Amino acid sequence: MLLAVFSDIHGNRQAFEACLKVARARGAERFILLGDFVGYGADPEWVVDTAMELVAQGAIAVRGNHDQAVNSSAETMNAEAQVAIEWTRGRLDTAQRRFLAELPMVVEDGDRLFVHSEASSPRSWHYVRSTADAAKSLIATPAHVTFCGHIHRPAIYSMSVTAKMSGLVPKTDVSVPLLRGRQWLAVLGSVGQPRDSDPSAAFVLFDTVSCLITYCRAPYDVETAANRIRENGLPHWLADRLSQGR
Amino acid sequence: MPKPLVKSGAEIDGYTIGECVHAGGMATLWSVIHPGIDVPLLMKIPRVSEGEDPAAIVSFEMEMMILPRLAGPHVPSCFGTGDFAHQAYVVIERISGTTLYKRLADLPLPYDEARQLVARIATGLADLHRQNVIHHDIKPSSIMFRESGEAVLIDYGLSHHNHLPDLLQEEFRLPYGTAPYMAPERLSGVRDDPRSDLFSLGVLLYFFTTGERPFGEGETLRAMRRRLWRDPHPPRGLRADYPPWLQEVVLRCLEIEPVRRYPTASQLAFDLTHPDQIRLTMRSERLKRDPLSVAWRRRFNQGVMAPRAKSDVAAQIASSPIVAVALDTAEGEPELNEALRVTTERILATLPSARLACLNVLKLNRIAIDRTLDEQGSNKHIDRLVALRHWATPLKLDESRLSAHVLEAVDPAAAILEFCEVNHVDHVILGARQTSFRRTLLGSVSAKVASEAACTVTVVRPPRMAADGGEEAG
Repeated sequence: MLLAVFSDIHGNRQAFEACLKVARARGAERFILLGDFVGYGADPEWVVDTAMELVAQGAIAVRGNHDQAVNSSAETMNAEAQVAIEWTRGRLDTAQRRFLAELPMVVEDGDRLFVHSEASSPRSWHYVRSTADAAKSLIATPAHVTFCGHIHRPAIYSMSVTAKMSGLVPKTDVSVPLLRGRQWLAVLGSVGQPRDSDPSAAFVLFDTVSCLITYCRAPYDVETAANRIRENGLPHWLADRLSQGR
Repeated sequence: MPKPLVKSGAEIDGYTIGECVHAGGMATLWSVIHPGIDVPLLMKIPRVSEGEDPAAIVSFEMEMMILPRLAGPHVPSCFGTGDFAHQAYVVIERISGTTLYKRLADLPLPYDEARQLVARIATGLADLHRQNVIHHDIKPSSIMFRESGEAVLIDYGLSHHNHLPDLLQEEFRLPYGTAPYMAPERLSGVRDDPRSDLFSLGVLLYFFTTGERPFGEGETLRAMRRRLWRDPHPPRGLRADYPPWLQEVVLRCLEIEPVRRYPTASQLAFDLTHPDQIRLTMRSERLKRDPLSVAWRRRFNQGVMAPRAKSDVAAQIASSPIVAVALDTAEGEPELNEALRVTTERILATLPSARLACLNVLKLNRIAIDRTLDEQGSNKHIDRLVALRHWATPLKLDESRLSAHVLEAVDPAAAILEFCEVNHVDHVILGARQTSFRRTLLGSVSAKVASEAACTVTVVRPPRMAADGGEEAG
């Protein structure tokens, strides 16, 4: 089965729509949503509604730190994220907020594990910045492949049976075989706020039979998404950074 | 991990196991058959039982990742893989014949035979590098030849794929490979420079033409480290009749700094295919190694080597293309030849490692017997070569990046196309003839080249005259 995995949509309707379109055209059969549906972007209602529909149709979704912050003021965030979350809170209705509040932290599906930040301590929202961080996550689970997001920069890590690590920044549209016999951590780029210098929306396709993973990019209407942020009085930097992909 | 139960007659994923063909340190090879596949097949199975070298597993994983995505005549076709969850294997095409290892008894080979042999290997290597793979174990036992002549590179257990995880990078602190052939930068853990393979091929060429390995057979790290600062004995010091052009090629491959070697395997293949065009430098003359003072300076200045960013194999190859420019020095219009030079200069300006082949077609008469000498008795062929080099002089290219070729042919377009094909030219530049009378009569060379060439083609026209409406493609 071909999975399409999306992470860090962050209320960016234009980016998410573009990804869904490309993923469907490429034959995706099941959708996985790795959290952070809201925050930063100006269309949280549409994004959450779409996520609810997809979940009703069988998609898997997990909770991100921004989703959690909508329902709990205990989450600490930087000033701009905080402004965006408070704005988002006022936009979502009870059903949308409940959907975010009830999202699981981790979902296991066969020998795959889905989590927003990493597997060793999902509630601590640690970033996977290095092979050492990746090793911590991989040691914490027996899953063959763990999928996560949170850092907004794509990477693939693997650990051998002797706990030797390797890391790779995947190239767009080059499929990589995630060999059995070792464990893998697939870190996704962001749909709605890419930070790897490429402004196009990032997502991943994964074939559960061949174990081939493909990092994909969908170009989208960045200008409209940025204007929506400015029109809604959100911090301008959140709009400006979209066109720079950082 | 359970010991694999592989024996003759057993069946794995539809493959019926035949005889064991080879039992190596890392893997065993079995002949297999599969209904519906009518080429001879080999199944390679790693040694994974207790106490075996962990390198066997990792290098097998690399082969499982790399082999299925390789294509073309220079690699064995891959038919299937099985993973470590069940029975790890790869099934590849069985290449008939033996590896180059069998030739070791015949060394040294005649110079010209070795030249042709290594040119074919370099062509295969260029094809592999274009597929983003660095072999990292180029040696006689990794090289076979098809009956049709192409070199086939086998054994990808130590290879690096620029777009895939490099499982060997982190696995082993010490460089892994075949000591006599290993490039010096490999000792510092560099695994993403395709020029490492050119060094290994240089070792092979040295060995095959002198009968001696340039860095001996030392397997210890200490012995290997010597090549970071000590250059090999120049072949001419070993064999008095060693051709200077061959020494130029060998020593360029064996340069300690990758940047001083050939930038690409294609460019090495080009030189080996045109030995008369090789620009001889100081390298070709040397009879002795660098003086000890120079070697010691290298030895004690290694720490100052600048750290390097990860290389992009595809970008490195793309920046070192073979560019060919076809011009008519005899009857061509001066404005067109000038426009060709301006365009060539612009293209080369962005490509510091590109090499330029200047072509001229000496048109043969279809019926009359051609004479090499013209009416004045001077040699047409040599005149054209001189004219080509004269045309290229203002480009101020280093001589090692420039060559001139006079092709004798009845059909100029076919000759240019064939040159581009044989020499793996990446980009051909040629002019559109302006005089429509000649074009109507002879047909358009540029149109034929542009439509049939496998590479990028730039068709150049001189700047338009004010009153001139310009011509259609010539």
